[in-house]
Amino acid sequence: MIDFFLGHYGYWFAILLMCLGLYGTIMKKNLIKKLIGMTIFQTSIIIFFVASSSKWGATVPILDEKIGVANTAKYINPLPHTLMLTAIVVGVATMGVALALVITTYLRYKTLDESVLLKRMKKDNDN
Amino acid sequence: MNIQSCYTSFVPLYAVLVSLLAVPLIILSSKKKNLRDFWTIGASLIKFGLVISLIPNALLNKTAELSIVEISPGIELALKADPFGVFFALVASGLWIFTSFYSIGYVRGLKDKKQTRYFSYFAICLSSTIGVAFAANLLTFVIFYEILTIATYPLVIHKEDEKSIRAGRKYLAYTLTAGSLLIAATALTYQITNNLDFKAGGMFNGIALTPNMALILFLLFLGGVGVKASIMPLHSWLPTAMAAPTPVSALLHAVAVVKSGVFGIVRVVLFVFGPKLMYELGLNNILIVFAGFTIIVASLMALKQDNLKRRLAYSTISHLSYIVLGAGLLSSAAILGAIMHIAFHAVMKITLFFCAGAIYVNLHKENISELNGIGKVMPWTMGAFAVGSIGLTGIPPVNGFVSKWYIGLGALQANNLIVLIILIISGLLNAAYFFPILHRAFFRTGEGLEDKKEASPFMVVPLVITAILAVLLGIYPDFLFHFYHLAVMVVTNVLGGIS
Amino acid sequence: MIIRNSAALIPLILLFTAVSIPIVALKKKQIAFFMVMIATSLSVIVSFYNIFRVLKVGTIHYHFGGWIPPIGIEYVLDPLSSFICLVINVIALLVLIHSKKIIEMESNIKSVPYYALVLLMLTGFNGIVLTGDFFNLYVFLEICSLAMYGLISVGGKQAPVAAFRYLIMGTVGGSFYLLGVGFLYIKTGSLNMADVRSIVPHLYNEPTVIVAISLMVIGFGIKMAVFPLHGWLPDAYTYAPTTSSALIAPTGTKIGAYAMLRILFFVFGVNYVSKTLHITDILAWLSAIGIIYGSIMAIAQKEMKRMLAYSSVSQIGYIGLGIGLCNPLGLIGAVLHVMNHAIMKACLFLVAGNYRVKLGHSNIFKLNDNIRKKMPWTTAAFTVAALSMVGIPPTLGFFSKWYLALGTIKNSSWIFLAVLLISSLLNAVYFFRVLEKVYLKPIKSNSLEEFNTLKNDKRDEVSSSALIPVLILSVALIVLGLLNTIIVKGIIEKMIPAGM
Repeated sequence: MIDFFLGHYGYWFAILLMCLGLYGTIMKKNLIKKLIGMTIFQTSIIIFFVASSSKWGATVPILDEKIGVANTAKYINPLPHTLMLTAIVVGVATMGVALALVITTYLRYKTLDESVLLKRMKKDNDN
Repeated sequence: MNIQSCYTSFVPLYAVLVSLLAVPLIILSSKKKNLRDFWTIGASLIKFGLVISLIPNALLNKTAELSIVEISPGIELALKADPFGVFFALVASGLWIFTSFYSIGYVRGLKDKKQTRYFSYFAICLSSTIGVAFAANLLTFVIFYEILTIATYPLVIHKEDEKSIRAGRKYLAYTLTAGSLLIAATALTYQITNNLDFKAGGMFNGIALTPNMALILFLLFLGGVGVKASIMPLHSWLPTAMAAPTPVSALLHAVAVVKSGVFGIVRVVLFVFGPKLMYELGLNNILIVFAGFTIIVASLMALKQDNLKRRLAYSTISHLSYIVLGAGLLSSAAILGAIMHIAFHAVMKITLFFCAGAIYVNLHKENISELNGIGKVMPWTMGAFAVGSIGLTGIPPVNGFVSKWYIGLGALQANNLIVLIILIISGLLNAAYFFPILHRAFFRTGEGLEDKKEASPFMVVPLVITAILAVLLGIYPDFLFHFYHLAVMVVTNVLGGIS
Repeated sequence: MIIRNSAALIPLILLFTAVSIPIVALKKKQIAFFMVMIATSLSVIVSFYNIFRVLKVGTIHYHFGGWIPPIGIEYVLDPLSSFICLVINVIALLVLIHSKKIIEMESNIKSVPYYALVLLMLTGFNGIVLTGDFFNLYVFLEICSLAMYGLISVGGKQAPVAAFRYLIMGTVGGSFYLLGVGFLYIKTGSLNMADVRSIVPHLYNEPTVIVAISLMVIGFGIKMAVFPLHGWLPDAYTYAPTTSSALIAPTGTKIGAYAMLRILFFVFGVNYVSKTLHITDILAWLSAIGIIYGSIMAIAQKEMKRMLAYSSVSQIGYIGLGIGLCNPLGLIGAVLHVMNHAIMKACLFLVAGNYRVKLGHSNIFKLNDNIRKKMPWTTAAFTVAALSMVGIPPTLGFFSKWYLALGTIKNSSWIFLAVLLISSLLNAVYFFRVLEKVYLKPIKSNSLEEFNTLKNDKRDEVSSSALIPVLILSVALIVLGLLNTIIVKGIIEKMIPAGM
């Protein structure tokens, strides 16, 4: 049982972060906090992927003279890492767009509190 | 003579398209009134001619067929001018001619706005009615039926006042719901039979159909086409829709729309389920109960209406159920009578509506209590009205007698005495709600009628002709158009395989 | 060589143009529009070519850079993907033609970056449709989503907030999908769809696979706006500028639907998702609720764009229902409705845009018959599209409902049949409400003077570049309705996956 927890601690950490992130994204009223939650959520997925590729007793997937080409089991699978590089880029781009939107929102409504924001938007609609 | 055969012909398609092609012409010449109205008249004459040209072959039981395009895998948009279709198309297109002339007089007499829209949608309605008549399968039928629903809407709301807009809403609420049911019924039928072609004697031949399924299917169909046929309790849109201009009421609510509904019921009874299945499962009893109830109740409601058009509307509801009743009896004479009543009631009722419209345009009177003494002012109009009333009551020599006679005969054939009693009571009720009008018009003296004259000839001539037609058809049912003969063909085709 | 690579051509053309627009059109703004026109027209031509080629030779697998899958990235052109591609590109072309004059009138929009974003979004759409690789799909999903957030945010005052909320939802959706891919990768060791398809039957009992599929479905459910994951949609569509909403509404959610369809039926297999996991049942029920909910909410709206947005929620339900029915007829209905709804919604949103151009608003309650006299053609197009939404034959709307109805009957799911029928009546309620206003409601005003200024019967139609696309779309609804069998028999029936 303990093995199950300890042996997969990377995943548990990812799940913890995921819940935290989702909580922030859904429950927080402040747009910036929402954004932080979202980023944590994204990060948890990155950790999940990276954790999935870890392997005891293996090394980075760069050709090592001592191990040779044939013994692939001694290398870590590089694919999840490369995928996550892309995902990080995507995340950064999303972050950029989101921040731009938050700034515009703030300039227009002078608030980042969602409940206040919704009220002011409703007022605009009625006009 | 009883061998059915088919040949490919474009005539049914032309008959459908003629009035549709007239629409752009009508719109383009909206500024020139006379030219615009010429298109309407021209289209109606050509359409009638095309339908007439189908009669000889139909009388030989040769059916003109044409499939236009496949609209769903295995189902085609197809037209088929079988005797029944020709019969209905003949009624609709023939009466359109009179209505066109009459409409011109009517809308010009009232200096209506939006006459172009009026004539355009009228033409579309007629196209779809002919499409309904010639539909070779259920899906084609549904398509034209729905187009008819939508195309009628602008006519119902033509006056654009609060009342007619509300009437339009009610109309749509009823008919669109019905359309949905009809689509469901069609889809269900397709799932069962894998084929939607109408077939004289029924299309469920050789297909196991559980009684429950058949009942559900039948009720869906009844709900689908029953609204337009205004079987009670699905009727209440019809009196409301009388807010429409009178020619619209005349053609659409005595001929095209409601008759499409009745036509649909007869199609469903004879060509989808078939008499045999109907009888075996007792489905015809449902029809008889609903129709009998409607006949009596609608007649009673007609009695208490003071608005002339509303009274006519209730009379229509009651008479539509004659047809449903005839179809429900399933005996040869009853079916014959029912089919003939489609045409004969149309001729009589259109006369009555024309009269109501002429009175309205000429004297601006809508209520029966105001009609005192108008028989002297408008002798032709009220004479025609008298002919129509006598006919609907079922007194010879007007044609209403013939069809009612056959339905009565059919009731005897089917050993259904209750139906016979219903028919007799309703005949009396017909008399009770029509004759007081005649009494007022001819035997009482009215006020403020001194300087009034007969309505414009555009309106009077059509209504007199339809009245004369009613009498002629009463004396000789096969007169000119072979209505009797066609109806007999339908009956032999449908019952041919059984009796 | 170009012809040999036609499968990969569309995203490349669009991406290349998207990147080069800001550079080329730096000095002269007008060039941007022409570049967009050229790029989208080319992609329409290539889509047509692709679809004919697929119909002739069957499914085409294109290996990027010559790398053989599962190592390399693969593009797959089968009847489904080439068909959806065609629909998206044609709609995009028409909407972009419409945008020519409209863009100049929207004060917030700078046309050069706007068009670049539009092309990026289209790149993403086409990429999602064409790719045969899970992770590649994620990347394209994010590309198009990011572009969409931008396109929505340049609308009215509330637009950035709507875009932000969409961003949060969209990113969560995308992340869920990515997580699902992770699970799947852990179990199968492959990211290639065809490869996974061959491996996954051995793993049907693995909880990991079940988790993966659930996560993916939730992710695409958000993108597709399946009830109850539709929360982002109404605001986003309402506040987006005309061109954006007309581009995103017809295509954006369809991409989600496509991806759902692809992954459920073509990767995991029909029997597995329907008989073992019952995911399709859940999807069908949610969609059915969404159909009714969307229609009722649409009835309650005052603003035309918002009404159309809720109607989208309901129409997406039709597609979801068709997928959820899990039989050939339902699938035909769903795919036909993808095309049908794309055409209708594009037409309706463009009409709402045209009204906004001339009236400054598209509030249903402020409309009256003056608008019809001013803009008879736009209003006529609206009428046709509305009738198609209601499902009046012979428009296309009738036929997609017809196939869906047949599908529900095939499964004996009477409740779904009832939902379909009731919803078309509800559609009638909210569309005839508008039609009644634009055709019948006379102008009301307090003073005669005001009346005279309001009552300006003069023909005042929008410019032809804004009118022609609307008319083409509305005519297409009738023509394609009558000819739907050609599409159904020729293309859609070939899409039906094995085991259905």
